[in-house]
Amino acid sequence: MNAFLALVRRDLKLSARVGGSGWLGLVFFLMIVTLVPFGLGPDLNLLSRIGPAILWIGAVLATLIGLDRLFQADEEDGSLDLMTASPLPLELVVLAKVIAHWLTTGLPLAIAAPLFGLLVALDGIGMAAVSVTLLVGTPALTFIGAVGAALTATIRRGGLILAILVLPLMIPTLIFGVSAANAARGGDIPFGTPLMILGAITLVTAVVGTVGAALALRQGE
Amino acid sequence: MRLVVEDLESRRSGRRIFEGVSFALAPGEALVVTGRNGAGKSTLLAILSGRLRPAAGLIRVEEAGERTLAECLHLVGHRDGLKSALTAGENLRFAADLLGARGLSSREALERVGLAHAHDLPVAYLSAGQRRRTALARLLVAHRPLWLLDEPTSALDVASQETLADLMKAHLADGGMLVVATHQALGLENPKRLVVEPAAARSHAAAFDAEGGW
Repeated sequence: MNAFLALVRRDLKLSARVGGSGWLGLVFFLMIVTLVPFGLGPDLNLLSRIGPAILWIGAVLATLIGLDRLFQADEEDGSLDLMTASPLPLELVVLAKVIAHWLTTGLPLAIAAPLFGLLVALDGIGMAAVSVTLLVGTPALTFIGAVGAALTATIRRGGLILAILVLPLMIPTLIFGVSAANAARGGDIPFGTPLMILGAITLVTAVVGTVGAALALRQGE
Repeated sequence: MRLVVEDLESRRSGRRIFEGVSFALAPGEALVVTGRNGAGKSTLLAILSGRLRPAAGLIRVEEAGERTLAECLHLVGHRDGLKSALTAGENLRFAADLLGARGLSSREALERVGLAHAHDLPVAYLSAGQRRRTALARLLVAHRPLWLLDEPTSALDVASQETLADLMKAHLADGGMLVVATHQALGLENPKRLVVEPAAARSHAAAFDAEGGW
């Protein structure tokens, strides 16, 4: 447990220091959400209708920030050898790194979503709904991304390959995230149904993602 | 604990690196691995550390209790495993937390390698030799019976090489084990020696008396 917490603490520290991706994800998220109204023009009805989708697509893209360095940085400087030598199983190493990554990307996005919702003319319920769905759904994005990050850990400039690998796998999360946020604002489907499925996706990816990423790291040479 | 390696063979992307590597290490014994550049010294250490898998052969740990081989060893290689953005002290404390079996505190360990003043400096500000010494200080913050050192003297000045020799001798006197890949004289007394030869030529381990003090 001590080793686990030490790893989470170290990754949080690294993301806050020089060269870490710290708040970049959040700024990138803001950029995407700001660009859309400029592109679409000031049609408030249209904006508020597609608002949740814009915020979710922004979140998916922002999750990719720093993801390519999740394991690659440790692989390059030999820290991964240190982690292999730890009594901590590699699955828990992956989990610790994913938690640290989510705390610096997914969580700030979910917290900032209501604020960014203003830019796409979301009402109060819409903002709350997007915030809740992001809180439930972004861990799934990071877990899926971790598998891709582990697979591309030894590839130089693997960022693009990583994006191509993991973006298709993030589609189900995106679909249920957006449909849950839309369901909260009225419609035939109750809010709970897509949200439950979103939660299920997060739980499944939590298991598959940690085991898969650990397997990929063990295979990698 | 004892380490027994039998008939180890390594292949990387289909090419045979070495074959037939065998040796045994008991507490207090050191093994010096030599061989030409590219003969597979680093590959051998990577296999022992569990980072790479051998194509054939056996690695056995005896009397290590519940621990796996990976949990019994320290690896200091070409990649120093230090984060530039963290201070030397933070790097060492992290290693100690991660590896368990605490030894010296980060400050004491850095003092032993003559880097006490660098405790609160980011590793990015350190020179190559100072980084190497910080990586070597990691050997002291967690107790591990087996040290795998890959060219540990590279970038070290004469005084630091003597410090390293003292650390290694103290480790052996404590019943530790050493596997060192190097071309330098290390000042060890009568280590076992292993010559790794590339491909077809057979590697052989010999415990003959070293001349010139390896």
